[in-house]
Amino acid sequence: MSAITRDEVAHLARLSRLALSDEELDHYATQLDVIIGSVARVSEVAAEDVPPSSHALPLTNVFRPDEVRPCLTPEQALSGAPAVEDQRFRVPRILGEEA
Amino acid sequence: MTTTTTLMPYDEALERYEPVLGLETHVELGTASKMFCGCATTFGAAPNTQVCPVCLALPGALPVANEKAIESTIRIGLALNCSIASWCRFARKNYFYPDMPKNYQISQYDEPLCTDGYLDVEVDGTVVRVGIERVHLEEDTGKSTHVGGATGRIHGADYSIVDYNRAGIPLVEIVTKPIEGADRLAPEVARAYVTELRELMRALGVSDVRMEEGSLRCDVNVSLMPRGSSEWGTRTETKNVNSLRSVERAVRHEIERQAAILSEGGRIVQETRHFHEDTGTTTSGRSKEEAQDYRYFPEPDLVPIAPDPAWVAELKAALPELPSVRRKRLQQEWGVSDLDMQAMHNADAIDLVEATVAAGAPPADARKWWMGELARRANEAAVPLSDLRITPDQVARVCALVASGALNDKLARQVLEGVLEGEGTPDEVVASRGLQIVNDEGELSRIIDEVLAANADAADKVRGGKIAAVGALVGGVMKASRGKADAARARELILEKLGVSA
Ligand SMILES: [Zn+2]
Repeated sequence: MSAITRDEVAHLARLSRLALSDEELDHYATQLDVIIGSVARVSEVAAEDVPPSSHALPLTNVFRPDEVRPCLTPEQALSGAPAVEDQRFRVPRILGEEA
Repeated sequence: MTTTTTLMPYDEALERYEPVLGLETHVELGTASKMFCGCATTFGAAPNTQVCPVCLALPGALPVANEKAIESTIRIGLALNCSIASWCRFARKNYFYPDMPKNYQISQYDEPLCTDGYLDVEVDGTVVRVGIERVHLEEDTGKSTHVGGATGRIHGADYSIVDYNRAGIPLVEIVTKPIEGADRLAPEVARAYVTELRELMRALGVSDVRMEEGSLRCDVNVSLMPRGSSEWGTRTETKNVNSLRSVERAVRHEIERQAAILSEGGRIVQETRHFHEDTGTTTSGRSKEEAQDYRYFPEPDLVPIAPDPAWVAELKAALPELPSVRRKRLQQEWGVSDLDMQAMHNADAIDLVEATVAAGAPPADARKWWMGELARRANEAAVPLSDLRITPDQVARVCALVASGALNDKLARQVLEGVLEGEGTPDEVVASRGLQIVNDEGELSRIIDEVLAANADAADKVRGGKIAAVGALVGGVMKASRGKADAARARELILEKLGVSA
């Protein structure tokens, strides 16, 4: 029994706006299954006395004061943009025609 | 968009169904810098001039939380009677949409900073306690403009252009518990809640809460259940309702729309709807993520927040007087009725009246001018009272001039008009327009003689004992003096001249 189904991979691909071919879906489903299985083994090793953790460092409350720092110029900010219009990032159509 | 919406008249809808409300309000904090980077937050800056590697998600850039934003969120939570978490984390909300360059928004999920509070609001003299489910901190998104297509909307646009100035501005989300039992006052309760919340934010000084600039935005959830049922219906969520009036209208419209569907045996679809300011109606809109599959997980780039209880206690002790408490206090000090206080509240006049009283005017006079002549002028000009070109100090000066007998009400109105038209201070307007009450008894006496001669009939009636007829004569004197006579003194002199004792 695999840890992730091909349908779930297809769903994740759609959420990530990735167009995957049938071959790619098969390929990633197999790979992700191995990754999830490996992570699950780490969880098995963790005993009762090991609490779940999200951060490696025992730190809390790392804040910065509310002070304005220099920004990029718009030219710098947009220098890596594939397309620019009106000093804004131009992106392809987000949603198609309404159903 | 092509189907017409059937509505059930509000009264009928309320006879058959009971509404349950929920409100999600987003407040942009007024910090100088963004939530996780040092970019400025100035409203209206040229596109992409307030961006940096962190808020553009350039590789390797890491966020650091803004302490002031954390502090403001805790203060909001405390003012809303919430518990403050002793330990909590930020979470990633994953979605692929170009308004966030990271492809996720840093938010909070199952560990909000503040939980379980309430806000009391007053509607029609009744206090309604609105429960607060949670208050959490997140970052605002960039602003997209959709180009091409028929409507300028996202659907069918050819492409979009994005400005990331707003991306990363600290945003506080305040979520109510379901509001039951508001019954037919539901639209008013929703509006009163957002109004009170806005004042609270202002009193705390954490946001400029300008709905028209989007620094306070509201999503309205509405569901209906048949009378006698205790099971809630399916709810809809109307997004980005951006004025107080719209909050009320959106709730009312959803009640009428849902009631019509339910009464015909239909089902309510759980969906996001868009509010249309021009028509006061809502239409179905697909959410950008059809499956609400955001795959939240703890944000690894930010360490947990663990507010020191001593710090929280300090913030609590330093909270300003809350708006509802202040209104109660002022109402007592001024000795006005609930109704008058509510009217001042609705007109946003309380601050102005308070400042005018502080400048020396009696409360009744301050209220009279702000809620009377000045409210009328503001209404005519379709601007808020506070935008009128007159200061509370100047209104207080007009009150003083009336109290000293230098002006009567009619002249005072002309003085206010002069100040509003930029002719200078009240004293300057009095001088330049020649608006002094005629205090010269000789001058007044001469005017009265003229008026009596011209109105012999009325004068005879008064002589004959019909004291009521004196009004017309006083009116004549006021007219002849172009409003500058002291009406009370004129009346006395007229009666004296006609040999009648008042
Ligand atoms: Zn930035």
